[in-house]
Amino acid sequence: MGTGKIILTSSFTRGIIGQAVFAALGIAFINVIRAALGLEATLEPGVVFGALISVIGFLLGAGVFTDWIKWIGGQKTPLRHGTPAGKPEWSRYLNVDYNHKVIGIQYGITSVIILLVGGIFAITFRLELAQPGMQFLDNDAYNTLFSGHGIVMIASILLGVGAMVNYLVPLMIGAPDMAFPRLNAFSYWVAVPSAILILAGMAVGGWDTGWVAYPPLSLRAPLGVQLFLLGFYMNGFSSIAGAINLLVTVATMRAKGMSLFRMPIFVWAAIATALIQFTATQTVGVSLTMAVAERVIGLNFFDPVGGGNPLLYQHLFWFYSHPVVYVFVLPGLGVISELLPVFSRKPLFGYKWIALSSLGIALLGFLVWAHHMFVAGMPNSLRYAFMLSTMFVAIPTGVKFFSWVGTMWEGKLSFETPMLFVLGAISVFLIGGVTGPILANVPTDLHLHDTYWIVGHFHATMFGGFIFPFFAALYYWFPKITGRMYKESLGKLHFWLMTPAFWVMSLGQMSAGIMGMRRRIADYDPALGVANTQMLVTIAGLVIGWSVLIMVYNLVSSARSQEMAAMNPWRSRSPEWQIPSPVPEFNYDVPFEVVGDPYDYGLSDSEYIRMMPAPSGD
Amino acid sequence: MNKQKHYYAVAGLVVIGTIVSYIFLQAIYPLPKAASAEAKTIDFMFDVYFGLIAFMFALIMAFILYASFVFRRQPDDTEDAAHIHGNTTLEIIWTVLPVILVIGLGVWGALEFRGLVSAKENEMVINVTGQQWSWSFEYPEQEDIVSAQLFLPVNRPIVLKMNSEDVLHSFWVPEFRVKQDLVPGYEQELRFEPTVIGRYKVRCAEICGKDHTTMLADVQVVSESDFAAWVEERSARPAYADLTPVERGELWYNAATGDWAGCVGCHSVDGAVRAGPTWLDIYGRTETLTDGATLTVDDTYIRQSIQEPNAQIVEGFNPNIMPQDYVERFTAVQAEILADEGVEIDIIADLIAFMQTLEE
Repeated sequence: MGTGKIILTSSFTRGIIGQAVFAALGIAFINVIRAALGLEATLEPGVVFGALISVIGFLLGAGVFTDWIKWIGGQKTPLRHGTPAGKPEWSRYLNVDYNHKVIGIQYGITSVIILLVGGIFAITFRLELAQPGMQFLDNDAYNTLFSGHGIVMIASILLGVGAMVNYLVPLMIGAPDMAFPRLNAFSYWVAVPSAILILAGMAVGGWDTGWVAYPPLSLRAPLGVQLFLLGFYMNGFSSIAGAINLLVTVATMRAKGMSLFRMPIFVWAAIATALIQFTATQTVGVSLTMAVAERVIGLNFFDPVGGGNPLLYQHLFWFYSHPVVYVFVLPGLGVISELLPVFSRKPLFGYKWIALSSLGIALLGFLVWAHHMFVAGMPNSLRYAFMLSTMFVAIPTGVKFFSWVGTMWEGKLSFETPMLFVLGAISVFLIGGVTGPILANVPTDLHLHDTYWIVGHFHATMFGGFIFPFFAALYYWFPKITGRMYKESLGKLHFWLMTPAFWVMSLGQMSAGIMGMRRRIADYDPALGVANTQMLVTIAGLVIGWSVLIMVYNLVSSARSQEMAAMNPWRSRSPEWQIPSPVPEFNYDVPFEVVGDPYDYGLSDSEYIRMMPAPSGD
Repeated sequence: MNKQKHYYAVAGLVVIGTIVSYIFLQAIYPLPKAASAEAKTIDFMFDVYFGLIAFMFALIMAFILYASFVFRRQPDDTEDAAHIHGNTTLEIIWTVLPVILVIGLGVWGALEFRGLVSAKENEMVINVTGQQWSWSFEYPEQEDIVSAQLFLPVNRPIVLKMNSEDVLHSFWVPEFRVKQDLVPGYEQELRFEPTVIGRYKVRCAEICGKDHTTMLADVQVVSESDFAAWVEERSARPAYADLTPVERGELWYNAATGDWAGCVGCHSVDGAVRAGPTWLDIYGRTETLTDGATLTVDDTYIRQSIQEPNAQIVEGFNPNIMPQDYVERFTAVQAEILADEGVEIDIIADLIAFMQTLEE
């Protein structure tokens, strides 16, 4: 079968056609009904209904529902696996596939593509901000770009988390796959039409509300805000389904002898993440549904003109959107804890404390949401309470930092690219961490709230908690995924460009904020004295962008090289490194038994896992 | 090198690192001029927190950098390092000490915050209205003066009672340090006491749509006597009959009198684009409307634009920005002037006369 034909008949192409057809049907359906009722044709209700069912159209077209529909009809379908006959191996990644490693890679590639899209948005408006005055964007374009940047990057991070969790967790616990492979495919594929909706929203007029979409502004924003709200909403299905799948997998499919405190530490992070996604996503779903409904059918939840309360939205929104910050960073922190012992040749310092601090952060994450609303108009009593609860986040986070230091101390450190990114992550997450309490403290937050200080602070937490560890993970598990080694020199170049550039960017943003620059503005007052800082931040942003492109080039070109990597290049004790790369279809040909602790580096004759003898009579 | 020496070396690095970081932070994070009583309290807290930031940053980075240089693996060394998998005492210490610190900071923050938000004696109330994308300030204790500029007497505690006409906005003057969102339908309060005479700007700090960036208002902090003079000037009724239409038009434009915020909030006279079209060269100009039609700006169009602001919107601008009740307000003021001075005045005609003078 030719390349062109494989692409044209792939799930991606069929999904996009399905999405377009259903969107058109939805718009037509609403307007036919309106015409029958004698109402004039309008755009928005049709677009909303069309967008909603377009996601179903995508999933039907792609074939995500095929097995489930057959089951309802009483048919049985075997779990397909392996490369379909007569097709090249790469075609699996364009089609619905149930293997957790394929899905993990699909998540990963989509995440990096979306990351580049979001990065292009950022670079565009950063260039606009390089100097005071409006150069090549107008206010509407600027507002759409920064709003799009926010939500697109969040989508990218969620996909990246999905990539790491899907690929790694079954391997780490010795499972052949996730508990529900079809649901796993659904979790990935539903994120694709959601991302398409968000990007379509930018194309049909955009919106000017930021990614938070606070009413009443979002009730008056252009049509694009509806597609954004719906795309955001639909993406929630991905989070919830993926989280349930992960929790069931870890609960029931661990290898013999793998007690909870003998799991690789990344699995603890994955559990904490899944608990948040599983319990918090619904609330943001509610707030988004209410906003969509208020616009389309006039249900008056938030608009004070009809008796609504704008703060209600903010509470519902942040009850999810604060905890989700920990969805972004906990897996990243898990990667740091996972890699440090390998490159330090020393056990993870305080394993149980690190494991439980992940759960601690997940729990505390639910008790701090209103710090996003310190100046929103809450009663003062709530401001005291949330000030204290927010400061407590420092405790479990501190435990992680100290334990990482303990792991490195008196180790035998080596500095391959993954380790460099782990150290970069710690330094950047530290910047994000130490600039947090000054925001938790309400009197100082009164000045810093909604300024560029916030922008600098959360970019440091996102880069330190996700981007740097995600890149570390990409380099570290690249030989596992592809069987080939990336180019170390390019990896190091990437690191040494990106890390200093990020420090400059983040510290510069915070500096502009403290000097009086507000968030989300298309232009700034030269009188503030932040123009030079802005130029510096823009240059740093460009360097970060170029360095990421170097990584993409490195990984793509290395994946195509002929030279195979060693089976366990990092001398890791983790189970996934004890089997060939790329990993066989069902992971472990023979099951393994856990006979020791995961990070006993330096303990002679200790074993973590032992392959069980092959079944007799084979 | 024995173990003790490592710790001494790192301790030294932490001390040096803290000092260097603190100096660096002070250099790159200069706060704007402190122009309120609140800024004094808040800036002291900033200082303490910068110290903490410097210490925490130096503490972790000193260990990590030291380890990265001193505990390197030799290329030919394939042995693992010492098998140390934790230390419960240490874990308890670095959990409990931060808990104490956090509670201390929380209590301190709460006490200071209570001081910032509690009512003060001799407070002056100013009503603030935010709307896309302008501010207006009303002085209920000074004969209900309405101003597009926030005029404040120095060293007098102020309480702002803030309302929004449309979406969320946020009142922030960086030099005063404090900030509060405006929530439509729910009045918000903000307290501060300006302490330094000077000019500042209100900068809307909550995204409020297209022209959020330019939602600014001038702030002027003046001496008590200057404030009294300003109040007198603003509340004194000029003899309108003695003024020319052009002079009156300029008064109405600046809301130097009357019960509205002034056209100046949205229409410039120097060509700058604000929420509405500039008035420079407006009379006789050919405008393209949002529906593609073109027209020449004349008396009829100007009258209609004030009576029904949404009827014919110039391309590039948005409907629902301009208040729709100007005619009512104008009528009321015209009736007052008729009662006071016995002259009939047409405010719109005055504004048109003023516009005709605005040529480049």
